[in-house]
Amino acid sequence: MAVVDQFEAKEGVDQETVDAVREVSTYKYGWNTDIEMEYAPKGVNPDIVRLISEKNEEPEWMTQWRLDAFARWEKLEEPNWAMVSYPKIDFQDQYYYARPKSMEEKPKSLDEVDPKLLATYEKLGIPLKEQMILAGIEGAEDAPAEGRKVAVDAVFDSVSVGTTFQAELKKAGVIFCSISEAIREHPELVKKYLGTVVPVSDNFYATMNSAVFSDGSFVYVPPGVRCPMELSTYFRINAENTGQFERTLIIADKGSYVSYLEGCTAPQRDTAQLHAAVVEIIIEEDAEVKYSTVQNWYPGDENGQGGIYNFVTKRADCRGDRAKIMWTQVETGSAVTWKYPSCILRGEESQGEFYSIAIANNMQQADTGTKMVHLGKNTKSRIVSKGISAGKAQNTYRGLVSMHPKAKNSRNYTQCDSLLIGDKCGAHTVPYIEVKNNSSRVEHEATTSKVDDDQLFYCRQRGMDEEEAVALVVNGFCKDVLQALPMEFAMEAQQLVAISLEGSVG
Amino acid sequence: MLEIKNLHVKLEEEDKQILKGVNLKVEAGKVHAIMGPNGSGKSTLSYVLSGRDGYEVTEGTASLNGDELLELEAEERAALGVFLAFQYPVEIPGVGNMTFLRTAVNAQRKARGEEELSASDFLKTVRAKAKTLKIDADMLKRPVNVGFSGGEKKRNEILQMAMLEPKMCILDETDSGLDVDAMKLVSEGVNALRDEGRSFLVITHYQRLLDHIKPDVVHIMANGRIVKTGGPELALEVENNGYADILAEVE
Repeated sequence: MAVVDQFEAKEGVDQETVDAVREVSTYKYGWNTDIEMEYAPKGVNPDIVRLISEKNEEPEWMTQWRLDAFARWEKLEEPNWAMVSYPKIDFQDQYYYARPKSMEEKPKSLDEVDPKLLATYEKLGIPLKEQMILAGIEGAEDAPAEGRKVAVDAVFDSVSVGTTFQAELKKAGVIFCSISEAIREHPELVKKYLGTVVPVSDNFYATMNSAVFSDGSFVYVPPGVRCPMELSTYFRINAENTGQFERTLIIADKGSYVSYLEGCTAPQRDTAQLHAAVVEIIIEEDAEVKYSTVQNWYPGDENGQGGIYNFVTKRADCRGDRAKIMWTQVETGSAVTWKYPSCILRGEESQGEFYSIAIANNMQQADTGTKMVHLGKNTKSRIVSKGISAGKAQNTYRGLVSMHPKAKNSRNYTQCDSLLIGDKCGAHTVPYIEVKNNSSRVEHEATTSKVDDDQLFYCRQRGMDEEEAVALVVNGFCKDVLQALPMEFAMEAQQLVAISLEGSVG
Repeated sequence: MLEIKNLHVKLEEEDKQILKGVNLKVEAGKVHAIMGPNGSGKSTLSYVLSGRDGYEVTEGTASLNGDELLELEAEERAALGVFLAFQYPVEIPGVGNMTFLRTAVNAQRKARGEEELSASDFLKTVRAKAKTLKIDADMLKRPVNVGFSGGEKKRNEILQMAMLEPKMCILDETDSGLDVDAMKLVSEGVNALRDEGRSFLVITHYQRLLDHIKPDVVHIMANGRIVKTGGPELALEVENNGYADILAEVE
């Protein structure tokens, strides 16, 4: 498949990268690592919450925070307003904590590391040197790294396996570690910011996450610092019947900048698994955060058997003036997606951008979009959403643009395009627009189109096979969003677009 | 050489026979023109040869240099060297013209078991060919046919033809919507590709295109059949007298 060559803006990418990306099959992350795991008993109750807290060696205030969240969660009801349907989840019939046994004690050398864990990361395509660091080998960080650096935090089921380049980041003053480590080592920062963007009471899944989150990533970029490398987290669900509840907290202090990437994969299983994450981002005055996600959880098979339920709360708070957040997401996996990365534009002249590609094929259901809450004066937001439906999938864009009374002279532009492949899928657009002052401007444009036979015939007459032709047309449709991604992710995303749509025509 | 024998074609959707026994041989290196009144089946012939869906071959065969075409997918025919210059080139938003060309060239090379063209070789070739068709760098970057003028679209078709180096070029009313200057440019582009290994089938309503692209043979098609074949003078006869006389004579 030559889709990789087709992205003009990305010319100049070396052949090696292109070839590496090319070797992708239908769902290449569907394998499972057979590794000895340690589980907490099935189900959730205050004892399990305490156990998770204890496993993470947390201080008492954190344990109490979780227990409060749990008490609240017990009183909440599962939301049902999204345009998705799935069998009722039995929250007592799954594991809330699972970690590889070998991670009980941090390994000191390569020999001590469970080779299966190493192999897992190798298969995920994380560079070898980083695997050593991920596996927790001390001293590995001092060896020179080749090429462009991306610091990685890897979360395997419930625990963070390791974080790379920590020493180098430390020199710049950047803290990048697992959230459990941050709770132990930087309690003042965690206390100050945790739960301030997505409050414990926010919604059913966020409240649940607050009680049982097991790990996740933590980033702090101090004032005036431009983070010297991209930061990324690889989330991997491996264990069966295990929910993944990770918590990410990113703080960009005054005048700082950081670009953060998130990748997700899971094995192919025929029972559905729950993923309920919370991401909180705090952006102070003049700071900027880019957050990119390529979500490639296992989507279930073509009959809708198995797959991940992805119920995620992501929110950024532009607290300071001129703060800036840019969300970019490529949503190709999951059986059910329920996700609205949002921007609170509190600071004056703060800016929020949301670029999204959501692909739903076969029996997948996606209800995704964003919220732009304009609170400050002269705030700006931009939404570009591209939804692609194929097979029998249902794809909904749901977005809120809210201009509060004090958000004078604020602007929003929304472009929302849907593309249909075949005649059994659906695309839905549900915009909510609230304007409470008379100096703001909101624009909303929406289109729905089909991949038409003339386009496909034109491509095929020039020599491309049908799948190549569909991939080309769809990548063209998504171009505005693909261009917003960091280079490495754009390549991967483009390839994913093609793979996700395999078998969607004919 | 393209060889069509007794080709009968009907529409898949409705029971309507469009081609009713077409026989045609286009030797390598020759240019054949097909003229005929509206609805005579000229465009259908071009679509059936290039493999568009929606048509059912009820009888007959078509082969290119010995390879049977009608059983093959459109892309397989393309790899064998069938090229259709569209009457209405299709727009593909978001896909750069250059990207499209490169994907097409490499897809065909791959299908033939050849090495893909390196990025630098491709760029060199495409720039040189674009220049002779007066296609500038900007037009190569813009999305395929989106916002192109009628002339730009047709020149773009010829650029694709030049890059793909087909064996059998079918031009479906390439002159429609062209002004005099554009027609000249396009014709020069086609003439530059004339070669002893390459055949052309030029479908047109008007003699004026054939002033620029001189045909070896001219066919008149009517009611799903080729009813008369002659030299270039046949096109002039149509230009001067219309089809009525010829059709009357045939009947």
